[in-house]
Amino acid sequence: MSTWSRNRNGRAGKAGTTSDVGVASERLAAVLAAAATGLLIGGLALAFFWAPEDADQGFSQKIFYIHVPIALTAYACFAFGAWKAVRLLWTGERRYDLESYTAIHMGVIFGLLTLVTGSIWAKVSWGQWWTWGERQLVLFLILFLFYSSYFMLRYSTDPGPRRERNSAVYALFGVVLIPVSFLAVRIAGTILHPTIFTHTGANLPGTMLVSFCVCLAGMLALAATLYHVELAGKRIDASLRELRELLA
Amino acid sequence: MIRARDLSKRFGDKRVLDGLDLEVPRGGFVLVTGPNGSGKTTLLRLCAGLAAPTDGELAVDAPREAIGFLGHESLLYRELTALENLDLYGRLYRLPERRERSGAMLERFGLWRARNERAGTFSRGMLQRLALCRTFLHDPDLLLLDEPFDGLDAEGADLLYQELAERAACTALVATHDPDALAQRATSRLALA
Amino acid sequence: MSGYAADVAALARKDLLLELRSRDTLPAMLLFVVSALTVFHFALPAGSSARAETGLLWIAIVFTALLGLGRAFSAEREQGALDGLVLAPCDRSVIWLGKTIGVTAFLVLAELVALPAFALFFHPLSWELLAAVALADVGIAAIGTLLAAMAAASRARELILPLMFLPLVIPVVIGGVGASVAANAGSFLGFLGLYDAVFAILCWASFEYVVTE
Repeated sequence: MSTWSRNRNGRAGKAGTTSDVGVASERLAAVLAAAATGLLIGGLALAFFWAPEDADQGFSQKIFYIHVPIALTAYACFAFGAWKAVRLLWTGERRYDLESYTAIHMGVIFGLLTLVTGSIWAKVSWGQWWTWGERQLVLFLILFLFYSSYFMLRYSTDPGPRRERNSAVYALFGVVLIPVSFLAVRIAGTILHPTIFTHTGANLPGTMLVSFCVCLAGMLALAATLYHVELAGKRIDASLRELRELLA
Repeated sequence: MIRARDLSKRFGDKRVLDGLDLEVPRGGFVLVTGPNGSGKTTLLRLCAGLAAPTDGELAVDAPREAIGFLGHESLLYRELTALENLDLYGRLYRLPERRERSGAMLERFGLWRARNERAGTFSRGMLQRLALCRTFLHDPDLLLLDEPFDGLDAEGADLLYQELAERAACTALVATHDPDALAQRATSRLALA
Repeated sequence: MSGYAADVAALARKDLLLELRSRDTLPAMLLFVVSALTVFHFALPAGSSARAETGLLWIAIVFTALLGLGRAFSAEREQGALDGLVLAPCDRSVIWLGKTIGVTAFLVLAELVALPAFALFFHPLSWELLAAVALADVGIAAIGTLLAAMAAASRARELILPLMFLPLVIPVVIGGVGASVAANAGSFLGFLGLYDAVFAILCWASFEYVVTE
């Protein structure tokens, strides 16, 4: 005979420890914010004043130092969100739901910024606001649509274990979709929508690479800061809701 | 067989069960009473594994094949005949000689003549009887019945009494509006507010 | 037959039997796809290429599939039968696999009408296109079934299913159209196979979490 039991202790934090967690979380957010500011300002300074101009594209190529780190940060957020989703499905601990949701929210924000900066770069480089030939942009469009549906799914499902699990599985699908879509857009390019325009490849001279890495680190730190701030806010919301219920 | 400690279930903002403690020993027959919305259905669904608790602990010492659940809905397919419905469940519960057992079950609940009619054509009472057939088909050890007398006429109720009498060794958690219905059988009561 | 396979077969057979008796989903899909192809004829100005027409065939397939997927779990919803399946001792992935086989069968049956109609209205079909359609059906049915189960928990079921489905089906359309019009269909067909394998495994493994609490 088998036994099954469920034990859910999903409360956001017991009284007494909340304040400790809160203080530690605030400190972490402050450190991350400082790091983000420093790295971003430093990185952009390096990019604009130290790194040489690109031979073909000139000054407009500098957008690369903003656009690509934002794109990579978005990927990182989605991957992090999917990781939290796996943890939710594996352990059943409710807190992972909020963490996964916040991470994906960050990913969508950075994804939107990727599309915007990519569009600006396209306009500056080739005179068009959009081009189907730019693979990165097309891939992000697909992902943006996918993760926007994630939010539609959450908003239209009543809160509870159902919504948490569905969101987690959907987040997993998203992270699998990334390489699959990448491959799809790539083979589509060979026949259907020829890639006429390309940006410079991955071979960067030393100064450019260093500037790029600093900018990337800055963007990741920015995402981490926003993640912590938003997560803390959501946790407070959840605690408030539970308190209101206990008093009701 | 069932042990619940500080069991709570919340749907969004609405708290349906709050800090419930429950102990049902093997062979126990517990009548769950309470007004509408008190959480009887939710408790049964939690015990069946169809819902997960929001808080607290719940341990049910029975594997899925030993649980017989009767809900508000019949859990049947309207376009399948009575026999086909039971055959499908017999197949999923890996019952040997499922054809014979399905037939025997239908006879026990007076549905043999309607065995080749689609469940969608059944009246409310007949559908409830068919749902009971489905519930008892695999000889479960743990019965989770939500308003089992709902829709049954006098004859149907008698058949159900008979069935429960024959399954005296089962553990049961039965939700009902009518506290007198199974009073003799009950070993304990649980009143939900 | 092993227990797992027999369970899957029982559920798939049940779906086909239900459709045979109620006859509500498949005729609608057939009529829809032929109507869609007719609309496409009027949507394409004179002188449109055969490639554009092929592209539209794929759109017709995707939206016909959506129509069918919207009703994938309707029989289970009527009397709460999905609870009955979840309560059964079988592996929950059996529910997904049985339903996916059913959905694939419906798609194939709809295409048995759609493809000849297309050949009649527009231009003849190639073997590569047929192979691509077969592969695409599997992928569409696999993810569609899982998404349909997910959408069931939502308040806006009919709206959320297409929203979740379309971004996921873009690679299928790319693979399908590519295989239909490109010179080397092989790589596109291979991609479709990869898509099917990856997502089928993911759906098979995660269905348990979608259908239980």
